Amino acid sequence: MPSRQRKPSSAKPSRRSFLVWAGIAAVLAAVAEAIWVVLSFIRPRPARTQPRDARDAIVVAGPEETFPPGSVTAFPEGKFYLVRLEDGGFLALHRRCTHLGCTVPWDASAQVFACPCHSSAFDIRGAVLNPPAPRPLDHFSVRVENGIVKVDISKPIRRRAFEPSQVRRL
Amino acid sequence: MRRERHAKSTSGIGSRVWRSFVGTLTIPRDDRERARLTLNALLLHFRPARLPVGTLRYTHTFGLGGMSLVLVSMLMLTGVLMMFVYEPSPERAHESVVRIEEGISFGRLVRAVHHWSANFVIIVVVLHLLRVFFTGAFRGSRQFNWIVGLALLACILTSNFTGYLLPWDQLSYWAVTICTGMLSYVPGIGAWLERAIRGGAEIGSATLIIFYALHTTVVPVLLVALMAWHFWRVRKAGGVVVPPGDGHDGEALRRKVVFLPNLLLREVAAGLLLIAFVFVVATFIAAPLGSPANPGMSPNPAKAPWYFLGLQELLLHFHPTVAVLAIPGITVLALLALPYLHYDAELSGRWFLSAKGRRMGIVAAVTAVIVTPLWIVADERVGHANRGLAGAHPFIVQGLAPLVILLAGVALFYRLVKSRYAASRDESVQALFILLFVAFAVLTVTGIWFRGAGMALVWPWEV
Ligand code: HEM
Ligand code: HEM
Ligand code: FES
Repeated sequence: MPSRQRKPSSAKPSRRSFLVWAGIAAVLAAVAEAIWVVLSFIRPRPARTQPRDARDAIVVAGPEETFPPGSVTAFPEGKFYLVRLEDGGFLALHRRCTHLGCTVPWDASAQVFACPCHSSAFDIRGAVLNPPAPRPLDHFSVRVENGIVKVDISKPIRRRAFEPSQVRRL
Repeated sequence: MRRERHAKSTSGIGSRVWRSFVGTLTIPRDDRERARLTLNALLLHFRPARLPVGTLRYTHTFGLGGMSLVLVSMLMLTGVLMMFVYEPSPERAHESVVRIEEGISFGRLVRAVHHWSANFVIIVVVLHLLRVFFTGAFRGSRQFNWIVGLALLACILTSNFTGYLLPWDQLSYWAVTICTGMLSYVPGIGAWLERAIRGGAEIGSATLIIFYALHTTVVPVLLVALMAWHFWRVRKAGGVVVPPGDGHDGEALRRKVVFLPNLLLREVAAGLLLIAFVFVVATFIAAPLGSPANPGMSPNPAKAPWYFLGLQELLLHFHPTVAVLAIPGITVLALLALPYLHYDAELSGRWFLSAKGRRMGIVAAVTAVIVTPLWIVADERVGHANRGLAGAHPFIVQGLAPLVILLAGVALFYRLVKSRYAASRDESVQALFILLFVAFAVLTVTGIWFRGAGMALVWPWEV
């Protein structure tokens, strides 16, 4: 790049430098605006299918006694499995593998959730039996009102490990 | 020029139209006229009027850059045709691809040409990269064109990745789920990144529209701009690198001949052969189309498209942060740095630098072919068994520790070959490049042919 030629006898250096700075500021503002526009177009939007208000996010699973202890029931619309542990506690597990997001089927005979993609395996509580999955299956909060089991699917809850406090007991 | 125009001003309208297009009235007869035609015509002025005869030899470039251009052009033509029918929404995408296949005459062929060109272009561009590397055509005035080339490679991979989702069948849905899921392991911004590229928590209509816009507009525009830049840099460097030759031989190789017809004819012939080849393949092997995407059921095994299987194989052996961030990041940085390293000698134009370079390359390739499968099998047998048991943090056991071992092994290899062969830095860097490239190729082959249900290791005939 050729070195910039400054006129030594410039009459009003302050006005010139002001215009230069104003010009640079205007260009920067234009760039920032352009980036803002682009970002607002590509920013994640709430999906159209996502429930809008809290009531839509509640899935009514059914009366508590329809789920025998040690059972796993799939709710495809809610994308979760309702698990009833041997001790009677409820746990709603997200069906999405925590490794890279495949859908995990429940293998009743082996009593595991076995991911078809990279062979992660989870036990009935969602805890990792076999990597590469780095953490247990996410879960949803479960409520039991008047013997009716309800699952709030608005937000999957992440967890480091299985804790008894995650289980909803009657 | 002026005198010529004057003299021809009385000619008929046909010749005036021809002249307004190409600048000369007649089909050029001698080399001077041909050279002038090259300079004056828009499409040809990208090309040199004269070039050294040594660069014409087919085995010097194998015409790989030109083949990439032909394939990209075919992709654009067939892609635009499909845009008239394709509908980018989850409800209609698969159906509209079926319509292309079954409802439109030649639709199946057009889609197959798009499909096969997309797959071939990856192979051809990577071969072109290897050609450029092994003839040392990335030094001096060509340094920056290597960087432009890497940007082109990124565009080709993005095109393929975004195109893969468009048919919206089981394969594309789950491959894209897995590949975008990899992003979530980027430390800090991973979750945001994954949501941004999917346009939401899961693959859905937002993802499809984002991928469609990228695939049919953003990336093609970038490709065209970058290709123009790429070709201009080739011209600025004085054409492709000239093979060295000594004395009389060298003189003969550097002798200049005119572009038209010497190079143009060769290029057109090679291009037509390539087009014929793609059409033959596309006629006999249709582009696959599975059943429509079903978010409730992952197929088993769920594999990424073949060109990402090397990366997916890494995921089976390393903690995801290492597999999707550290190793690819180091690779990209190394590729970017390659032309700017300090080399001992400025060797350009000779395949594999020297006889010694060739021998070291063979050693490197053989090492990679032996060591990589051993690592894969050992990690599968030993690693899996005690992974769950180790009390330490998984990032250290499955990520940092194997990464350090890997880097140490690579550094050791570099040291060993360099001292064993008393090699120059050029030759040692080349050996290292070959080692890593072949290792990646072995990983890719493993992913394609040796991974069966549940991604377990199997023989190819059991897949
Ligand atoms: C380097 C350039 C390109 C590459 C590598 C590429 C790659 C791909 C791939 C892999 C697919 C999936 C097709 C299949 O096998 O099922 C695809 C589909 C598609 N591409 Fe491209 N493409 C390129 C350029 C374009 C351009 C320029 C357009 C349009 C302007 C386009 C439009 C489409 C459309 C509409 C589909 C959906 C139809 C189908 O799935 O068969 N592509 N592309
Ligand atoms: C769409 C992709 C690409 C196209 C269409 C393309 C096209 C071309 C063409 C036509 C040439 C002229 C000589 C020849 O045919 O070899 C060339 C040269 C070159 N390409 Fe590419 N290329 C692409 C990708 C790449 C990539 C991925 C790299 C490397 C990272 C690269 C680096 C170079 C360099 C350094 C040269 C100059 C070589 C020399 O002077 O001998 N290109 N390219
Ligand atoms: S997505 Fe489940 S193991 Fe990889």
